[in-house]
Amino acid sequence: MYRYDEFDAGFVSDRVAAFRDQVARRLSGDMTEDQFKPHRLMNGLYLQLHAYMLRVAVPYGTLSARQMRKLAFIARRYDKGYGHFTTRQNIQYNWPALADTPAILEELASVEMHAIQTSGNCIRNVTADHFAGAAADELDDPRPYAEILRQWSSLHPEFSFLPRKFKIAVNGATRDRAAIQTHDIGYQIVRNSAGEIGFAVYVGGGQGRTPMIAKKIRDFLKIEDLLAYTQAIVRVYNLEGRRDNKYKARIKILVHEKGLDWMRQAVEAEFEAASRDYIALPDAEIARIKAYFAPPELPARASSQKFAARRESDPRFAGFVSTNVAAHKIDGYGIVKISLKPIGGIPGDATAEQMEAVADLAELYSQAEIRVSHEQNLVLPHVALDDLPVIYDELLASGLATANAGLVSDIIACPGMDYCSLATARSIPVAQRISERFGDGPRARDIGALKIKISGCINACGHHHVGHIGILGLERKGVETYQITLGGTGDETCSMGTLTGPGFSSEEVVDAIERIVDAYMALRNEPGEDFLTAFRRLGMQPFKEALYETSKGADI
Amino acid sequence: MRFAISANRLLDGIVVFFGSNNHWVDQLSAAGLYASKDEAEAALVVARLDQTRNVVVEPYVFEVRAEGAPVAHHIREAIRAAGPTVRKDHGKQADLLADKR
Repeated sequence: MYRYDEFDAGFVSDRVAAFRDQVARRLSGDMTEDQFKPHRLMNGLYLQLHAYMLRVAVPYGTLSARQMRKLAFIARRYDKGYGHFTTRQNIQYNWPALADTPAILEELASVEMHAIQTSGNCIRNVTADHFAGAAADELDDPRPYAEILRQWSSLHPEFSFLPRKFKIAVNGATRDRAAIQTHDIGYQIVRNSAGEIGFAVYVGGGQGRTPMIAKKIRDFLKIEDLLAYTQAIVRVYNLEGRRDNKYKARIKILVHEKGLDWMRQAVEAEFEAASRDYIALPDAEIARIKAYFAPPELPARASSQKFAARRESDPRFAGFVSTNVAAHKIDGYGIVKISLKPIGGIPGDATAEQMEAVADLAELYSQAEIRVSHEQNLVLPHVALDDLPVIYDELLASGLATANAGLVSDIIACPGMDYCSLATARSIPVAQRISERFGDGPRARDIGALKIKISGCINACGHHHVGHIGILGLERKGVETYQITLGGTGDETCSMGTLTGPGFSSEEVVDAIERIVDAYMALRNEPGEDFLTAFRRLGMQPFKEALYETSKGADI
Repeated sequence: MRFAISANRLLDGIVVFFGSNNHWVDQLSAAGLYASKDEAEAALVVARLDQTRNVVVEPYVFEVRAEGAPVAHHIREAIRAAGPTVRKDHGKQADLLADKR
């Protein structure tokens, strides 16, 4: 893992001191809310429905056991004993007092964490594949590049007041688990015909009220040019992006309105024109950062007899392994997905005790490393298969052994109107009811891979556009209504979901989802044609018929 | 339909309501109720003084039904007045429960 050097440590502690002073001036009345608001937002502090909310950055979703323990400590000492892991691999606290926030930031700084640039019109937390450094299908670890981007973009004076927020994702595997095509910039690590590693560059993706799939602006970018090219893109955006309308200010609108060819020419011209001498990445610097992410030396654990025996004798364990353990690049190891989606629970929430339990397991069995996924789950990236039985038992004891990763009840949901001041409807209760309807047993397993994603407003924090089934909560005449989209996905075959038709009331929406799932089960090619594949083969019509069959009957 | 005034307390961000004695209270049941929008807007001018005094943040008027105990008309305000519907152990609803015990 990356460790702060003196510069990082000094920079973060200076920021804590500055914010402490700003909070003191706000509380004493020396600053008005209008003056203070930009400062608190720059430190990740929002004012939400019930209280302040602090969003803490988890760079590219990588956490140490020590950091996780600190997050648990903060939840217990300064909040209400829990935290919420978000779709941007961050964690949010829902109840901190303003007066306590400097102390919280100081605690975070002590474990090399902060909340800088988790809000505002700047380059946000850079996200990456949550299996980075462990996945069997990985070409190169994306995290060193994400870290380089993080260092470069932190308080970058030219890019602190962009037209709108700016999100970058990096993926290093053949499967895109970082959803790079829904980001302002997506970097996909590729190998060119000469065998060199570099990036395919995507630009102008995003969700929100105007969903757009990113367009490929460059087939191959040398690693040394990562910052120069990012600078060129953000510079073009900073100068040309719209500032007249908040809803048209993202780079996706610029790319859409001016066209990809224009964008490519503008970026390439800027890339060529700017002096690259000072911004080209020296090999030594790349190597220095990469060293922090060197693969752990995992002792050979070829024998997995304990694992095999337990799998043979315990169907629940076998079920957990089939859904929640992914292939590791080293034989005898696996990647464990810890579901934060207990049946009927709140997606992404974890108690302080659960955080500590995960920290303990990471320390004992996973090189003290934890990942946060954008699907609001946690990951133990380096686990010997023979340690899985004991890990499973510990997870079970902590209420963390739900065997539903990737299944119908592994639902992404934004906080929605239960917490968020922007929301137009609740998300969490809908997720809870769907989760209860399908569970994590034989029925959920039979349904197979199915991603349901729920947003409580058009801003799409719940990623509904890229849900195989997406649900968008809106308000119609003071009542919550839910629109359904089908066929979205954020992976390498990225597509935006298509609206089924009229929306459903809160009472109707779970039945509506069940009708869609039943239609899929009836129409899929046996065995194992997953929902997305079936939808792409069948199109919208049969699902529409299943959804709206009652009104169709009434028409006859 | 009646009207009430809400804001968040500066110090901890907690939801508060403007009481009839021009003090901020924690529960909607203790909030001042205004018979008309105009009356509420007039009270809001007074409530805003506490924004200037850095007691609360962004006071505003919202609609309540008051056949018995006042109930926020809009679901968003109802959730603010009670707490998250998915965590009955937090927010105003939890404080009320604790008081009853």
